[in-house]
Amino acid sequence: MEPIKIINSRAVSIPQDDIDTDQIIPARFLKVTDKAGLAANLFADWRYQSDGTPKADFILNQPAAQGAQILFTGNNFGCGSSREHAPWALTGFGFKAVIALSFGDIFRNNSLKNGLLPIQVDAATHQKLKDLLEELPRAEWTINLEQQTLTTPDGASVKFEIDTFSKTCLVQGNDELGYLLSFTDQIAAYEAEHQKGVAA
Amino acid sequence: MGRPLTLFQKVWNEHLVTQQPGAPGVLYIDLHLVHEVTSPQAFSSLRERGLTVRRPDRTVATVDHAIPTLPSKDGSVEGRLSWADELCRKQIAQLEENARQFGIRAFGPSADNNGIVHVISPEMGFTQPGMTIVCGDSHTSTHGAFGALAFGIGTSEVSHVLATQCLLQHQPKTCEVRIDGTLGKGVSAKDIILALIAKIGVGGGIGYVLEYSGSAIRALSMEERMTICNMSIEAGARAGMIAPDDTTYEYLAGREFAPKGTDWDAALARWKSLPSDEGAQFDRTVTLDAASLEPMITFGTNPGMGVAVTEKVPTPASLSDESQQAGLEKALNYMGLQAGQAMLGQPVNVVFIGSCTNGRISDLRQAASVMKGRKVAPGMRVLVVPGSKNVKAQAEAEGLDQIFKEAGAEWREAGCSMCIAMNGDQIDPGQYAVSTSNRNFEGRQGKGGRTLLASPLTAAAAAVTGRVTDVRTLLDG
Repeated sequence: MEPIKIINSRAVSIPQDDIDTDQIIPARFLKVTDKAGLAANLFADWRYQSDGTPKADFILNQPAAQGAQILFTGNNFGCGSSREHAPWALTGFGFKAVIALSFGDIFRNNSLKNGLLPIQVDAATHQKLKDLLEELPRAEWTINLEQQTLTTPDGASVKFEIDTFSKTCLVQGNDELGYLLSFTDQIAAYEAEHQKGVAA
Repeated sequence: MGRPLTLFQKVWNEHLVTQQPGAPGVLYIDLHLVHEVTSPQAFSSLRERGLTVRRPDRTVATVDHAIPTLPSKDGSVEGRLSWADELCRKQIAQLEENARQFGIRAFGPSADNNGIVHVISPEMGFTQPGMTIVCGDSHTSTHGAFGALAFGIGTSEVSHVLATQCLLQHQPKTCEVRIDGTLGKGVSAKDIILALIAKIGVGGGIGYVLEYSGSAIRALSMEERMTICNMSIEAGARAGMIAPDDTTYEYLAGREFAPKGTDWDAALARWKSLPSDEGAQFDRTVTLDAASLEPMITFGTNPGMGVAVTEKVPTPASLSDESQQAGLEKALNYMGLQAGQAMLGQPVNVVFIGSCTNGRISDLRQAASVMKGRKVAPGMRVLVVPGSKNVKAQAEAEGLDQIFKEAGAEWREAGCSMCIAMNGDQIDPGQYAVSTSNRNFEGRQGKGGRTLLASPLTAAAAAVTGRVTDVRTLLDG
């Protein structure tokens, strides 16, 4: 996983609530056995006409979205299916952070394991960021993960919360499996103590 | 006596291997369910790192999402798989190869116990009270019906559990959902959960484990309880749980992988200590009156956009929040429905009866009770898909398949089918489907398709009338 420290980028706004992972990557693209190529189908049904040509009015097809690393959205982003293909498609497109009012639990977990930073903001901050994005859609934003700050084009800085463990993993680019494997002895002791020796 | 604990807290505490300061807990997983769509990359990651599966005996695999439900022309498994596209066939073969290579018990297309992961695990007795159960599938919440802590995980986490039998988890909050009262005629478990989600919203449960309690829940069968817990995720909840009771134990007794003899006695004693203690504190409480519920139907593009069938589609002006208004407008635009219109009488093109929510034998019995002696409305397509091969066999033994076929419905092989529309079973753009599944998201049942979620009774009523119908008008007595 690529470490995240500072993200300098334009932000792309899809400010709807309850965007489910079926929209982020429709189920018909889950027939893969690897992670490659999913970005081409990110938001496929919102992004393409039925003949496969891009819909000009969808934001990801507009020049300002190209190269953007920050996605701004509404409440409950990534609800629904547990498919990790959703963060794979988002990071494949180039996104490194998603700013939302709240996130689906499983999506948030999946994002943290793929170098995609979920930033949750309160309603007042959210409204302010939304207004700013309408006013200055092409301006650069800065996310400093170590300091947990988001700096907007007007120079204002917002502090965001992230748990220490997730932050360390993202900043160092660690994956959690290594951490879990370090507890192999405790896991074995737990199994012995709780008689987990018998198969289900 | 210690502090009174909730069911969730007891299961959580029992499974916490270690909790380091500033880090999530290391939670031991008793049962890991695996299917073909969310596991291939996890097995690849094990191979890349030279890791093995720590507890193949606690890992159970099946093939359900990608498998065709069209019957084989010659009765062979190959014949059935010939309906699948190349990618689906590859995914199914990959699951079987991974299971072979890592020594995991797999119920592939040729196994007698094959079916939807959340149907077969309880059916075989793998799912038991007090367990921690995960699967790379959000509807893993289903297993909470047994008093297990069960939730969906991503593919990275699938690899974590395969390699260590553990998962890193922050402790969620608890919410009691108390449902008292008696359900009216024609109102079922599906209507309870759709009403709850309509009440608290699709984000209403974020960060919580729900525990369903109350006299209405106690009166439900295990299959009905599974329907409720299954859709906990649609309220955004981490999991849903129901305390085990005699209904649970009666369901489990004698199942193939349930404990036997003295093991059963020991397990039973353990299970009986699981229900939330008197005076246990929940972080939040929600109540619902079962007696006031009516058959539900959704009108929008998430499971929270639901009303009683007798109600009208809400108007954006009736919502206070600007963002909710925009969401409703967008949803109605996609659905081709008018704000303020009645749901009753809305024409329907397709009915889908099946899925991990409502593809069990009692669901098929309910649907058959409405369709018996009636015909599918002209021009309608009705698909009945059993949740497992065992459900299919039982339905056929009871003659339910004949009722469906005589009515003019398609009787299919077991699988996820049109709930996720990966296997070729899908609706066409613009079509309306009344569906017993769990998600009405845009395109969920096929690109451009419009899904109305409902119970098996309400779906069957739509099948025979061709429109959204109050099933209570079709029931005897």
